Amino acid sequence: MAKLLIRGGHIIDPSQGLDMTGDLLVKDGRVAALGSTGTRGDLAANDPDIVLDASGLTVCPGFIDLHCHLRQPGFEDAETIATGTLAAARGGFTTVCCMPNTEPPLDTRAAVDYVKQVADSEGYVRVLPIGCITKGRKGTELAEMDELASAGVVGFSDDGGPVASSRIMRLAMEYVSRLGLPIIDHCEDKSLSQDGVMNEGWVSARLGLKGIPAAAEETMVARDISLAALTSARLHIAHISTRGSVELVRSAKEKGVAVTAEVTPHHLLLTEERVMGINPDDNLSFYDVNAKANPPLRTKEDIAALIQGLRDGTIDAIATDHAPHTTVDKLCEFNIAAFGISGLETAFGCLMSLVHRGEMDLMMLISLLTCGPAKVIGTRYSGLGTLRPGCPADISIFDPSKEWVVDSRDFASKGKNTPFEGQLLRGKVLATISQGKIVYRDDALRMRMKRRA
Amino acid sequence: MRPAEQETRGAISETLPPLSTALWRHHHVLDLDDFSREEIELVMDIADAMAEVLQREVKRVPTLRGRTVVTMFYEPSTRTRASFELAAKSLSADTVSLDATRSSVTKGESLLDTLLTIQALGADIIVMRHQHSGAPYIAARHISASTINAGDGWHAHPSQALLDIYTIRKHLGGLTNRKIAIIGDIMHSRVARSNIWGMTTMGAKMVLCGPPTLLPPGLKEFIARCRQGQVEVETELEKAVRDADVVMPLRLQTERQQSGLLPSIREYAQLYQINEERLSLAKPHALVMHPGPMNEGIEISPGVARGAQSVIEEQVTNGVAVRMALLYLVARGRSE
Repeated sequence: MAKLLIRGGHIIDPSQGLDMTGDLLVKDGRVAALGSTGTRGDLAANDPDIVLDASGLTVCPGFIDLHCHLRQPGFEDAETIATGTLAAARGGFTTVCCMPNTEPPLDTRAAVDYVKQVADSEGYVRVLPIGCITKGRKGTELAEMDELASAGVVGFSDDGGPVASSRIMRLAMEYVSRLGLPIIDHCEDKSLSQDGVMNEGWVSARLGLKGIPAAAEETMVARDISLAALTSARLHIAHISTRGSVELVRSAKEKGVAVTAEVTPHHLLLTEERVMGINPDDNLSFYDVNAKANPPLRTKEDIAALIQGLRDGTIDAIATDHAPHTTVDKLCEFNIAAFGISGLETAFGCLMSLVHRGEMDLMMLISLLTCGPAKVIGTRYSGLGTLRPGCPADISIFDPSKEWVVDSRDFASKGKNTPFEGQLLRGKVLATISQGKIVYRDDALRMRMKRRA
Repeated sequence: MRPAEQETRGAISETLPPLSTALWRHHHVLDLDDFSREEIELVMDIADAMAEVLQREVKRVPTLRGRTVVTMFYEPSTRTRASFELAAKSLSADTVSLDATRSSVTKGESLLDTLLTIQALGADIIVMRHQHSGAPYIAARHISASTINAGDGWHAHPSQALLDIYTIRKHLGGLTNRKIAIIGDIMHSRVARSNIWGMTTMGAKMVLCGPPTLLPPGLKEFIARCRQGQVEVETELEKAVRDADVVMPLRLQTERQQSGLLPSIREYAQLYQINEERLSLAKPHALVMHPGPMNEGIEISPGVARGAQSVIEEQVTNGVAVRMALLYLVARGRSE
């Protein structure tokens, strides 16, 4: 395997509290060494095969996405493991955890093996499958979670179809508590959200759309926290979206409940008003299906609480909930359009706006994309989200201030469903290295190959 | 005389009185949220001229000759559909009606595909009724024909609101500071939503009244943001109706009971039915209106529905003139 030297970058690794300018040497797919440029023990002396010139750029651990939908098997017209992981690479992600709502769902060893096998042969970055909680995601019988665990799943979720029965959820938590893997819940009381298609509030009232109240999420978050306390299981709240949920998780953590939470970029940046289009004065852009997500885009107050939750550690990670859909499934009446946003390729650029606005510093943002999610995954896959020597060489290189305009036609993802279309973003991933291999590189990043003799 | 006026007169002077359409700026009519008072008044003035046409022996003018109006109804409708078709025919447009409950839509064709087909057939104006809020916006965004929203889901029904305003104007002179009470299932009512925009733009004070479970969550905040001080939200019928100039009960669909929004139709009628006694709380000259179809004995008593204050049938008649005005204005806008 090629020896790779990343030279002169601003290296930030929150897992080690590292913030320095220097070189990073990759050997045999692992981080070999970190060092200051041009000082004693210059890493250039290691005779690298490839040198990436990262001067003026930031080098950090590869991002980890705890929540994405790769759609394979079953919905390959919306995404495949190949296109989804290339999208991940372009977004700076080196590890993606894929949700089991495929067809068939990932509720058997065979299905999990299939995903891992395709990921090994066709994937660009590491794929860690999440297994189902219940057979067929039906919410009635537990899936064979022990076998799924031995097949390598990193957690369990019936994402999109939350476990309605509190008893089944309790049993699932009890059953997996010995495995040390988290139950990842999409918290939604479907009897309360019913056929809702957007946040319940003034915009839903104005547009005549059925709303999903914040309480539909919060009642389930509260239930799950109670059950986690009862069973001592690890609970991870997927795509938390309301102020009330943040408060529930905060107080649960204070009480010592083993709960973690993630938030998506779109819930941090967009409000319910986005359903009225980018410019609410332009009525023709009303009912923008690209702003239809579940949980729905909420309010300014929710965003403030989510950001506060990130700052005080209530929320542990940022996850994309990358949900690619075909045009047919999206370009239709708002009520029947599919929920979800294709997010892997815009996540970082969008999130950088939080840094540019001073809502958080770069170290914190990187930590929420690297060691934060690594902690949720736990010890089973150790060495993720860090640049410690000896760990897998999963690395992102980005220009924090490079401006670019989102154009979904350029997406590697088959899902062109983005509410950020046409938006000017500041901050762009220029290269992604997965287990020592350059899986994505923008032409703006200079590379020098060793001349072969 | 301004040039636009002159041109208008030249084009149709044999059939219609001179009408200035210079104020008109709508390529589509999707809702009344973007209508100015002047534009609504323009519709009213032109509707007056159309009403005159409808009283002639031959109720037809050649104004829209050679234009194609396609009515696409994805939801059953009696009066709106008949009203638009009659309006288009009275203007000599070629009309095609697509019954989407029977066409290739039932074979799974997407709305956009259907729209593109209709565009390929050469439609100038599409009149669309759809069960989903926002569906006409898809037409407006993706095809070149002008779209007139004939009712979309719970969202909007602009031609109904305009005919309501027209009817009120005829009887009360205007809407300024008139108290208009809309009673009942506000949550699912596109008529109420369009009237919020249209009637307040015309200066009315509105009261929206119904049981809490039939008021859309977020309604008060919506009003506070968009029509602060012009609309009240009320759950007590007596307060809503007292001293009103217009009382408009909305159709109560019996499914609302099945879906749990109401304990019973009986209790609803006890609390919110507009009957003689409750109507007597309103001003003596108060008008009774209803967007139809009525459930007599539920939201309105038969006596009130047919009483001296009822203008319900007249609303239907006025609907044709108002829709002629809309078709005329939209078609004029396209040719300019």
